[in-house]
Amino acid sequence: MSLDISFIGILIGSIMASSVPLILAASGELITERSGVLNLGVEGMMIIGAISGFALMVITDNLFIAIVGSMLSGVIISLIFGFLTQSLLTNHVATGLALTIFGIGLSAMLGKNFVGIPGKEFPILFSSLKESIPFFGPILFGHSIVLYFAFALPFLTNYFLKKTKLGLIVRAVGDSPVSASNQGINVILVRYCCILYGGAMCGLAGAYLSLIYTPQWIENMTAGRGWIALALVVFATWSPIKVLIGALIFGGITILQLHMQAIGFRIPVQFLSALPYLMTIIVLVVISRDSRKIKLNTPTSLGRIFYKEK
Amino acid sequence: MALYFFTPFIAIILTILGGGIIFYILGFNPIEALKFYFITPISNLYGLSELLLKATPLCLIAIGLSFCFKSNNWNIGAEGQLTFGAIVGGGVALLFYNQEGFYILPLVIIAGAIGGMIFALIPAILKTYFNTNEILVSLMLVYVSKLLLDYLVVGPWSNPEGFNFPETRQFSDSSRMPLLFEGLRIHAGIFLALAAVMLSWFVLYKTYLGFQIKVSGLSLKTAKYAGFKGKTMILVVFMISGACAGLAGVGEITGPIGQLHRMISPDYGFTAIIVAFLGRLNPFGIIFASLVVALTYLGAETAQIFLQIPKYTGQVFQGMILFFLLASDYLLFFKVKILNLKKNELRY
Repeated sequence: MSLDISFIGILIGSIMASSVPLILAASGELITERSGVLNLGVEGMMIIGAISGFALMVITDNLFIAIVGSMLSGVIISLIFGFLTQSLLTNHVATGLALTIFGIGLSAMLGKNFVGIPGKEFPILFSSLKESIPFFGPILFGHSIVLYFAFALPFLTNYFLKKTKLGLIVRAVGDSPVSASNQGINVILVRYCCILYGGAMCGLAGAYLSLIYTPQWIENMTAGRGWIALALVVFATWSPIKVLIGALIFGGITILQLHMQAIGFRIPVQFLSALPYLMTIIVLVVISRDSRKIKLNTPTSLGRIFYKEK
Repeated sequence: MALYFFTPFIAIILTILGGGIIFYILGFNPIEALKFYFITPISNLYGLSELLLKATPLCLIAIGLSFCFKSNNWNIGAEGQLTFGAIVGGGVALLFYNQEGFYILPLVIIAGAIGGMIFALIPAILKTYFNTNEILVSLMLVYVSKLLLDYLVVGPWSNPEGFNFPETRQFSDSSRMPLLFEGLRIHAGIFLALAAVMLSWFVLYKTYLGFQIKVSGLSLKTAKYAGFKGKTMILVVFMISGACAGLAGVGEITGPIGQLHRMISPDYGFTAIIVAFLGRLNPFGIIFASLVVALTYLGAETAQIFLQIPKYTGQVFQGMILFFLLASDYLLFFKVKILNLKKNELRY
């Protein structure tokens, strides 16, 4: 297989496509974590989004309803997590794990009648430009609208956190819920909103998988991407732009191993698959050793229960 | 205090009701579906043996996790420690694949426990010396160990006469757990679980180490003032937890499975977290909880056969149990507040 320039263009295009669910889920989880809430339910919310999106597409035959519905289903399922952790003050880790386990089970139950139904083709934008321009064509054009949204999202998130008042409030709540509360900010409400937003993005990430990336429903089709998205947030040290870079690296590894198999490269694929996890551990070690580095972006109150004395 | 051990029962009842509602929505007769789920599986001797077979690894892992959780160490990578224990134990068993001898099984079991222990030491050492978050590290390692297992059974350890199936050779009979009854799958591994229960009760409630673990869980500051060696304790609780998970892994491959392949555990390591919570981190509570959660696995299999419901439904029940348990703790939390105790005493 020759490595000519147009092939590299197609390769980059496919890496971008495979990183979309990671970007969406990680950007959502990033906002949740910046408000001080650790939601380990990403995988569960994604798979619920995947089945609801697909089911709605089959039932209504309308892709717009399917996409919006998948986000709504993410919101609904994350509401369980929000209610438990924020209103009933349960432990974040245990509740998040329960959400993932519950979500995987529920999605398989709901999806029982949707296995084996072929998906619908999702419209892609600028498909003529994709063919006509070598190299840049497959990179810049011929993608679904969700992909363009995903690539804009980290920049929007960055702007939101750094330049807007609401973003400042989210960060304040995450870094010091007590002082934020003393300033008159409703900490619980802010955290609820961030959890629900995270749920919506994870739902969309799931719908991307079942409607666009591999348009069909397969049990457990998120296949650990939710956990990679969680790793990605840490890998990016809670910075939205680095989420984008990290997602491309992690997505690139996935695509690379497919091509390496194809050209008969002798590195076991499992080692490549393990790379995102190992890289995340290394990043964790590097940032955690230097307390100044981790302090830059890490929400100080991450995973701690906030309780307002009445 | 009575309420503390009573709420798990409320959670179980609510879960059964919730399950009935879900079955109803899906168009099944809820009473009949619940019967297939919770009664049919254990209405014969074979079913009871299967229940104990599934409860064994859950109980073992949850016992280990209780040491971590009691001391505020969030090891959620028991699934990885189970897998790595099974890899090391399975490696030893494969060395002796064509030999017989009474010493082989003990060697395999010890190797598995050490394997799990070493794997659990990674997040523990990183936590103590680099201040990393043990939740994330132990979680990442789950996937690393599963991929390693996948590599081994496809590549270097795959059965040379196995027509390229992703599995190793069968272990020799000397590497297999002795069966307790003819025709049933329940094996001697259950004694390992029971021994772990007794030992953990003794260590947690009768030794200085147990006292240190509990104090550190309640208040890290107090532990520091008391002069406990915090770092050593973190390493010790992770080692205990990893060893238990490794034992569970070895119990599976030398018990019902008899070789290494990709699917050695239906996420026992994650489900055991629910077991530990449901059992209130109490050794005897964990026995009870492991039986309840094992029934959700078994019920899911039965329901799949009789009602054609995907077996993932077991996870719906497992998730619900934990949701309801955590939610019902809210009642407790405020009850405790009224009694004017410190609120973090009962929060995990």
